[in-house]
Amino acid sequence: MGSPILEIRDLQVSLPAGSDRTHAVEGVSLRLEPNEILCLVGESGSGKSLTARAIVGLMPSPHVRISGGHIRFGDEDLRSVSAARMRQIRGSEISMIFQEPMTALNPLMTIGNQIDEVIQVHTKLSRKQRVERIVELLRDVQLPDPAAIFGAYPHQLSGGQRQRAMIAMALLLEPKIVIADEPTTALDVTTQAQILSLLKTLQAKHHTGILFITHDFGVVAEIADRIAVMRMGELVEVGEAAQILNAPQHPYTQSLIAAVPSLVPRKPRPAGDAPVLLEVQGLNKAYHSGGLFARKGRNVRAVKDVALKLRRGETLGVVGESGSGKSTMARLITRLTEADGGQIRLDGTDILAVPRKRMRPYRKRVQMVFQDPYASLNPRYKVGRLIAEGMIIHGVERRAAYERVHELLELVGLDARVAERYPHEFSGGQRQRIGVARALALDPEILVADEPVSALDVSVQAQVLQLLADIRDRLNLSMLFITHDLRVAAQVCDSIAVMRRGEIVEFGPTEQVFADPRHDYTRELLDSVPGKGWNAPRLAG
Amino acid sequence: MSMAANRLRYVARRLLQAIPIILAIIVLNFLLLQLPEGDAADVLAGEAGSATPEYMAQLRAKFGLDEPLHIQLLAYVKNIVQLDLGYSFRNNMPVLDLILDRLMPTLLLMVSTILLAVGVGVLLGLFAAMGLNSWRDNLISIFALVSYATPLFWVGLMLIVVFSINLGWFPTSGMETIGAFYEGWDRVLDIAHHLVLPTITLSLFYLALYTRLMRASMLEQSGMDYVTTARAKGLTERRITFKHILRNALLPVLTMAGVQVGSLIGGSVIVESVFGWPGLGMLAFKALFARDLNLLLGIFFLSACLVVIVNLIVDIVYSFLDPRIEMR
Amino acid sequence: MKEFWKRFSRNRSAVAGLLILIAVILLAILAPILYPEDPFSLVGLPMVEPFEGFLLGTDILGRNVAAGIAHGAKVSLLIGLFATLVAMLIGILIGAAAGYYGGWIDDALMRLTELFQTIPSFLFAILLVAIMTPSIESIVIAIAVVSWPTVARLVRGEFLALRKREFVEACVGVGMSDWRIITLQILPNCLSPIIVTGSLMVATAILIESGLSFLGLGDPNVMSWGFMVGAGRTVLRSAWWVCAFPGIAILLTVLAINLVGEGLNDAFNPRLRNR
Repeated sequence: MGSPILEIRDLQVSLPAGSDRTHAVEGVSLRLEPNEILCLVGESGSGKSLTARAIVGLMPSPHVRISGGHIRFGDEDLRSVSAARMRQIRGSEISMIFQEPMTALNPLMTIGNQIDEVIQVHTKLSRKQRVERIVELLRDVQLPDPAAIFGAYPHQLSGGQRQRAMIAMALLLEPKIVIADEPTTALDVTTQAQILSLLKTLQAKHHTGILFITHDFGVVAEIADRIAVMRMGELVEVGEAAQILNAPQHPYTQSLIAAVPSLVPRKPRPAGDAPVLLEVQGLNKAYHSGGLFARKGRNVRAVKDVALKLRRGETLGVVGESGSGKSTMARLITRLTEADGGQIRLDGTDILAVPRKRMRPYRKRVQMVFQDPYASLNPRYKVGRLIAEGMIIHGVERRAAYERVHELLELVGLDARVAERYPHEFSGGQRQRIGVARALALDPEILVADEPVSALDVSVQAQVLQLLADIRDRLNLSMLFITHDLRVAAQVCDSIAVMRRGEIVEFGPTEQVFADPRHDYTRELLDSVPGKGWNAPRLAG
Repeated sequence: MSMAANRLRYVARRLLQAIPIILAIIVLNFLLLQLPEGDAADVLAGEAGSATPEYMAQLRAKFGLDEPLHIQLLAYVKNIVQLDLGYSFRNNMPVLDLILDRLMPTLLLMVSTILLAVGVGVLLGLFAAMGLNSWRDNLISIFALVSYATPLFWVGLMLIVVFSINLGWFPTSGMETIGAFYEGWDRVLDIAHHLVLPTITLSLFYLALYTRLMRASMLEQSGMDYVTTARAKGLTERRITFKHILRNALLPVLTMAGVQVGSLIGGSVIVESVFGWPGLGMLAFKALFARDLNLLLGIFFLSACLVVIVNLIVDIVYSFLDPRIEMR
Repeated sequence: MKEFWKRFSRNRSAVAGLLILIAVILLAILAPILYPEDPFSLVGLPMVEPFEGFLLGTDILGRNVAAGIAHGAKVSLLIGLFATLVAMLIGILIGAAAGYYGGWIDDALMRLTELFQTIPSFLFAILLVAIMTPSIESIVIAIAVVSWPTVARLVRGEFLALRKREFVEACVGVGMSDWRIITLQILPNCLSPIIVTGSLMVATAILIESGLSFLGLGDPNVMSWGFMVGAGRTVLRSAWWVCAFPGIAILLTVLAINLVGEGLNDAFNPRLRNR
C-alpha cells in the first residue's frame, strides 16, 4: 500500500502519580492506511482506548497526558499542532464514535442539531444545505424517517438508532479517519451485526481509514483488515487479519484467541433420563410503571407463560437479548421477585405456593451466581463472613461454618487464607470465584447463574467457565445458565431455551438448536454472532 | 398528538395531583388545632378572649365541636375549602381579607428575591466553574461559603447599620415613604428603593446556595460523555460550555429553586419583621405576638398553597427545558 | 480510619473549620467557669461599649454580652445536635422502609415526605413552637419535624440503589431476614452520605434555632444567640455591638460545621476531589 494516513511512533501516555502503573501506554507504534479497518484489540487496562484518544488529544483527565512519541497525520505532528488546528481536525478530518450512544449525546438537544453543529463549525454552508446533507446522511445510515429523527431527542431513539446517528455524525464531513471506540459493545447482538455491516459498507464507500477499538475477537473477525494486539500498555503483535486470527505468533495473542469460546457446541454429555428436578409452568410476570396517582401506567409483560424443565445434573442455557425477560425469569425462580402466576415445582413442591416466611428451606436448594463481581459482594465484610453468613442463618454452628469456608475457598481455587481479606482486594475473576463459593456454601442442588462471565475479560472468562463446569460435574449440580453470549452457551449448556419479549420461542438440546434452529428468531440470533464464519484455531497449550 | 395538547394534559394532571396535597395540608392544620390545651374554639377565636360569648357559641356550632373528631374534621375541611378561614378579633377583620391585603408585598419580595438569587447565583457559579481553582473561583467560593452560614436576621440588621444608619442610602423600614403619597412611576421607584435591602437580605442565603449548586453542577456536567463528543466534533470550549454544559447544569438549580420556595416564605417572616415590610411575614410575626393562632394557621395554609402553585409553575417551566419529562 | 484522617487533614479549610468548632465546644464547656454568674444577671451599666470593662460590652439592660455568647454556645450546639439526631432517626426509618420495600409503602411514605417538603418549613416550625409553648424540647421537636424529609429522601435513594445490588439479593437468596438485611447489609453501606448530611444539618438546625429565638420563640429560661440579637435590635442605632457579636458567633459556628461537613464528604469520596 501507499503512504499511511496516520503514523504513531513510540507513543507514551503517563498516568498520575499514585496509579498502579506509571504509564498507561508505553512505546506504541502503529500505522493506519487509507481505506482500511485496523482493529486495536486488548483486555481492560491494555491502554487501547487511551492510544486512540491520544490521537485527537482527548485525554480523560488533565492528569493523564501524552509524555512522548509522535503522531503523524499527513505532514503534521498532532502532538505539536495548535489548539485551533486540532479543533479543525476534530470532526472534519478525524472523527470519533463512542461506546455508549446514550451518554455520548447531549440529552437536551435534538439529534439533528447535534449533527448540524459539526457542519456549522467546519463549513460555511447555509442552514438549508446543511439540513439537506444531514437528512441524506441519516438515510445513508438506514434510519427510518430521517426528517423525524432529525427533530427527535436522544432518549426517543433505540440504542441502535442512536449509534446510527453517531455514525452519521462521524461520517458527515467525509473524514480521512474514524476512530470507533467499542462502538457496538453496548448493543444487542442483532443490532451489533447490523451496525458492523453498516460501518463496513460506509467505510468501503467513502474509503475511510477506521481505527476500531474492541475487546471482542468475534467482532474483530467480522470487520478487521489488520489487527494490532495490546497488553498492559504495550503493543504485542500487529499483522494482517487472517494471519493474526488463524496463526497468531505471540503467546499472549495465542492465549487470547484460545480463550474465545467456539460456536460449535461441545460434545453432549450422557443425558436423558435423570429425574426432573425443577419444572416451571405458566410462569408470568408483568411490570406496571407509574405510581399511585399515575392512572395510565403501562404494563410490560416481562415473562409470558414460560414453561421449562431442568433435570438433575443438567445445564440449561437461557439465551436472549436485553429485555427478553431472561434475567427476570431467573429472579422469579429464585423468588427474588414475586411472580404474578404460574408454578415452579422443585422436586414436586410448588415453591410459589410456599409463604415467603417459610421459604428458607427451599432457598438453600437454589442458589445464585451473579453478573457483576463488584456489586455482588458487600464491601464492608471480610470474605469469610460473606461465605459463612448463609450457613449460620441456616443453623450451622459458627466454627463449623468457618471450617467449611476454608474448604469452599479451596474448592473454587483460592487460598483458604483469603477469608481474612476484604472484597476490594481481589480482581474481578477472583471475586467471581468467591461468589461461586458463597453460592455453594448451602449445598444447593440448583445453581442459577445470571450472566456470570459477561463482566469479565475473555481470558478470565474461560477460567471461570471451566471452574463452573468442574464444580457442576463434581457435585452433580443442575444449572440454569442465563447468557446473552451464544458462544458461551454453546460451550456450557446441555440444552437451550431462546427467549424473546418474555416468551421462550425455542427449546431443545444445544446441538440441535445450533445445527437446526426452528424459529426465525433463533436463526437471526445465530446469524448475528460476530465472527461466526471464523473458527478459532485450537492451538496447543 | 400535538405538543401543545400534550403539555395541556400534563398541566391538568399536575393540577389534579396538587389537590391531595392541599387536602393533606388542611388535615395537618386541623391536627395542629387539636394540639393546644383547651377547646379548639378558643384557638379559632384568637386565644386572648377578645371574642364575644355569642361568637364562641356560633363557632362551636359551625365547626361541630361537640361532635366526634371525624365530623369536626369534615366541618373544618368544608369551611376551609370554601375559603372561610375565620375571623380575627385582634384585627377586626376576616382572616382571608387580612391575608389577601398582605399578599402583594410578599409576592413582590419573593419574586425579586428569586430573580436575584437565581440570576446572580447562576452567573457566579458559572464564573467559578469556568475558572476552576483560580482566584476568581476561590473568591466566589468563599463568598458563597460565608453567605451560606450567615443568619438572615443578622444580615438584615447589619445592612441597616451600614447602608441606612451610617451611609443613609436606603430607608430602614417600610415599603413606601410615609406621608409622601407618590403616584405612578414615582411610587414604583419609591417601592423599589425600599425593596433593595430586604431583597438582598432574603436572597443572600439562596444566592450562596445556587452559586454552590451551579458550580458543582457545571463541574459534574463537564465530566459527561457528551462533552467529550462535543470536543471530538471540534467545537470550541466556549461553545461547549454555553451550548452544551450550561443548559444541562441549569436543570438541578431550577429543581432546587422550586424546592426552596417554601423556605423562602419562612425567611420572609424574619426579613419582613426586620425591615417592617408590610407582607404576610410581618402579619405572621404580629399574629405570633398577639397569640392569634388562627390567623397564623390561615397564613400557614395559604402560603402552603402558594408553594404548591409555584412548584406547579416550576414543573411546567422544567417541561420546556427537559425533553425527557414525559408529558403523557 | 487513619487513612480517613489523613485525607481529611489534607483539606485545609476543613481543618480550620474543625479548629473553630473545637473552640466553640470548649467555650460551651467552660462557660460556667469563665462566667459563673447567670448570663441574665445585670452586671454593669446598660450599653457599655466593648473593651471598656467588658470584653464585648453590655446590652440594653446591662447584661454581659460575652457571658451571653459563652452560655449561648451550649444551647446552640445542643439544640443543633439533638434536633439533628431526632430528624435522622425519623428520616432513616422512613427512608429505609420506603427504599427497601418499595411499592405502595414507598409511594405512601414519599407522598408524606413531599407534603412535608412542600409546606413552608420555617413557618411550620414557628407554628409548632407557638402551639407547644417555647421550650428547649419543643424547639428540638419543631426543628426535627421540619428537617427529616431531607434525610428520608437521601436514605431512600441509597436504599433503592443498594436494594438492587447483587450482594443484597444474595442475602435474600440465602433466606436472611429483612431486618438483618436493612441494618447489617444496607445501612452500613450508606453511612458516609448520612454522616455528611447529618453534619451539615446540625448547621442548618442552629440557623433555624437562632431564627426562632430571634423572633422571641426561644426557651425563656436559657440564653441563646438568636435571642441576644433580637433583644438588641431596638438599640441598633446606638449600640451595634449588642447585635453584631452574637451574630458573628452564629456565623462562625455554622461556617465551621459546614466546613467540617464538606471535609468529611471529600474524605469519604476521595475520587470526587481535584476535579
